[in-house]
Amino acid sequence: MSRLGLRHLTLLFVLAVGGCGSEAGSTVDPATGQAAGKPTYGDTFIDALTGNISGLIPNVLTDGASFEVGSLIYSGLVTRDKDLNIIGELAESWEFSRDCLDLTFKLRKNVRWHDGKPFTADDVVFTYEAMVNPKTPTAYREDFKAVGAVDAPDPYTLHVRYTKPYAKALQSWSIWILPRHVLETYVKEGRLREAPQNRADPIGTGAYRFKEWKPGEKVVLVANQDYFEGRPYLSRIVYRIIPSQATIFLELKAQGIDSAGPAGLTALQFKRQADFPAFRKAYNKYQYQDNVYTYLGFNLADPRFADKRVRQAFAHAINKRELIEGVRLGLGREATGPYKPGTWAYNPNVRTYPYDMAKARELLAAAGWRTKNADGILVKDGQPFEFVLRTNQGNDERRKVAEIVQASLKDLGVKVDIQVIEWASFLKEYIKKRRFEAIILGWGIGQDPDQFEVWHSSKTGPDDLNRIGYANPEADEMLEKGRMSCVEEERKKYYDRFQEILAEDQPIVFLYFRDALPVVSSRVRGVVPSPNGIRYNFNEWYVPRPLQRYTAG
Amino acid sequence: MLPYALRRLILALPLLVGITLISFFLMHLAPGEPVDISNPDATTTADREGRERLIQAYGLDKPIHVQYWNWLTRIVRLDFGRSFAPDARPVLQKIRERLPITLALNVAEMMIIVMLAIPIGVISATRQYSRFDKVTTVFVFVGFATPDFWLALMLMILFGVQLGWLPISGLRSPTWEYLSFWRQQWDFLSHLILPILVATFGGLASFSRYMRQSMLEVVRQDYIQSARAKGLAEPVVIGKHALRNALLPIVTILGLSLPGLIGGSVIIESIFAIPGMGQLMVQAVYERDYPVIMGNLVIVALLTLGANLIADLTYSLVDPRIRVAARRSRR
Repeated sequence: MSRLGLRHLTLLFVLAVGGCGSEAGSTVDPATGQAAGKPTYGDTFIDALTGNISGLIPNVLTDGASFEVGSLIYSGLVTRDKDLNIIGELAESWEFSRDCLDLTFKLRKNVRWHDGKPFTADDVVFTYEAMVNPKTPTAYREDFKAVGAVDAPDPYTLHVRYTKPYAKALQSWSIWILPRHVLETYVKEGRLREAPQNRADPIGTGAYRFKEWKPGEKVVLVANQDYFEGRPYLSRIVYRIIPSQATIFLELKAQGIDSAGPAGLTALQFKRQADFPAFRKAYNKYQYQDNVYTYLGFNLADPRFADKRVRQAFAHAINKRELIEGVRLGLGREATGPYKPGTWAYNPNVRTYPYDMAKARELLAAAGWRTKNADGILVKDGQPFEFVLRTNQGNDERRKVAEIVQASLKDLGVKVDIQVIEWASFLKEYIKKRRFEAIILGWGIGQDPDQFEVWHSSKTGPDDLNRIGYANPEADEMLEKGRMSCVEEERKKYYDRFQEILAEDQPIVFLYFRDALPVVSSRVRGVVPSPNGIRYNFNEWYVPRPLQRYTAG
Repeated sequence: MLPYALRRLILALPLLVGITLISFFLMHLAPGEPVDISNPDATTTADREGRERLIQAYGLDKPIHVQYWNWLTRIVRLDFGRSFAPDARPVLQKIRERLPITLALNVAEMMIIVMLAIPIGVISATRQYSRFDKVTTVFVFVGFATPDFWLALMLMILFGVQLGWLPISGLRSPTWEYLSFWRQQWDFLSHLILPILVATFGGLASFSRYMRQSMLEVVRQDYIQSARAKGLAEPVVIGKHALRNALLPIVTILGLSLPGLIGGSVIIESIFAIPGMGQLMVQAVYERDYPVIMGNLVIVALLTLGANLIADLTYSLVDPRIRVAARRSRR
């Protein structure tokens, strides 16, 4: 295996941490001498969320905390397994017609809502109706725009007819399915957010039932005894809402919580502060690539940045390895494009920009930036090369990235001023009005490689996401073709080419993918790290009886 | 007394309208709109139709004076509206949820501060430059200068992590439901000890200093001399004749601190993970949740005006001179 491949593996899989060797399976518990391999029911799992959840019907919400809680209460027709393959959840199987236009699901028959009513295909039809209802405030409507009709020929068959092939068709049915018998009136009145089930006692089909939500304090869920895949092992889940990362870490040290939440530790905590024997004994640390990359973006309407060579020069002038070392203590991976290394759509053979100041100077000179003024700043047509680099407040990492970029470009003879602005103002005053020169921001990437919204030249309006104003006809074509096919091999060709174009154009400088750094109490077994993180098999996590800490109701 | 209170109440009305008017316009001057808020990194589709529908539903498309008028006509019917946040819950409900814990913490803090600051101030003043005076001076200034969040973290490390005596954060243990009644009470109280300690330590300085200063002035007055000359015992001179007069400025300061009682400290609440008013307000500002911001402001404004009134009325209770002056001016 090549060195690169090896590093890849260590990034993706668990670091060998912890003296007690607590991975699931064959561990013998020293206290009892019994094999702790057989999963047992019981115990409470205490997790931490930094933000309050904003509701209990995730379909109409946008925050990560609500999704985290909602995904235990509700299920979709499909979900992703540890290798990010789509597998059935409420659906037993599905079939695409050859032209990718007809999608037929066979649904599970033994599923009941938390209130005991049977789940049928009619509930899926209802969820579809709710999502496309113009009165429903949801961010997922786009996913269902290509749907022509949805009908249920019998209670356990769902047929979806698409008006045009849509690559994300299957994935879009991972949407949380809502119960018709509970929510129909609210959807009709366009008041789904105001529904009492968004506040308490939501009805889903998921592995956990809602118990209690004390806003700003905690959310409590309990195991659903009738869960269709069998009762989950952990009996009770408490999400404590702890806004301060420092407090979360102290709670971990005092063993008051079992996990630092889906976001996990900060790089500094992970690398240095959590590196002592007692902590290693009490917790297992995991490391995998998160679905977020950080980038240096340019306003491409600015004539200086419209020149590809300037952007390429900047890419050469930034030492990404050093940057990751500096802001993430090495806990991240260089990005070459908008896809995560190791996923099927990722193309490793694109043009890269190794750190090379001579090359950078050459490219800038070719673009006309040759002479320097008395302050050592490059000048072209009498104009010195200086601009403002903006990022949003509340993200220390991005501020540091901006500072490193500032120092790197100073060596080139480019003067950068940094401005950190509160998010709401930043978005309204600078991004939407396109009144920025350069930005440090991040993009979260979905499970599907379709990134039409971010890169297509038609998506440059004030509310659209192609904020930098990128337009390349060939890239547009690849994006259009990529989302029109339901055959993975075919799509891969388009996205491979798309990545080559992006790498050549450098519309933004792709900096790095950060690593997620979760920790889980070492008494919890069954955690198997994978490319899909660690939470995909949460229902299989358990605590061997002798190690159970809490009585659970 | 009563007509005076009434007159003050009537005068408070235009003042209240003025406060809300200025706040409302200032709030809308801040860049950013409520409908803008989303996760900075999210690539979920910008839902343009949905956005426009929300703008209409919130009435944000109307001119700002119309928006204010609409808000005002609703507020006089005590309709605080619904939050713009995705939970769309009534503002009053959100505030009601958060108020008790903030109030409890702040009242406890205030009581402890007063109980400690008055004796410290009195002793420091009567024994000026004594060892006690010097030690407390240093102590309260250290308290004043120590950043809240730092002290909080240090105490959490000491009592929560090292010694394990007290819980680190939150209001109740995760096992709270399974505890006996008395254990539940203790569990709750033990969660409040550290936050109250931190808040008290920071607030003690100003109060004890005011008390000391005010006492120093009073003990130099002639009537204290004459009280002593009458042969009264020193505790009576200080405790009865001096203290009552020295407390006057303290009443003003106490009155002005009342609105702060519902404000809540963002730093302390965030660090100790306490769901109080401070966090609610800050979140609302970040999200440009206008109804929650305004609801909060109205309540704080009401309390400030009420507290001022109460402070003024209390004045006349503790200070006979004011009562006499008031009576004279009426004649």
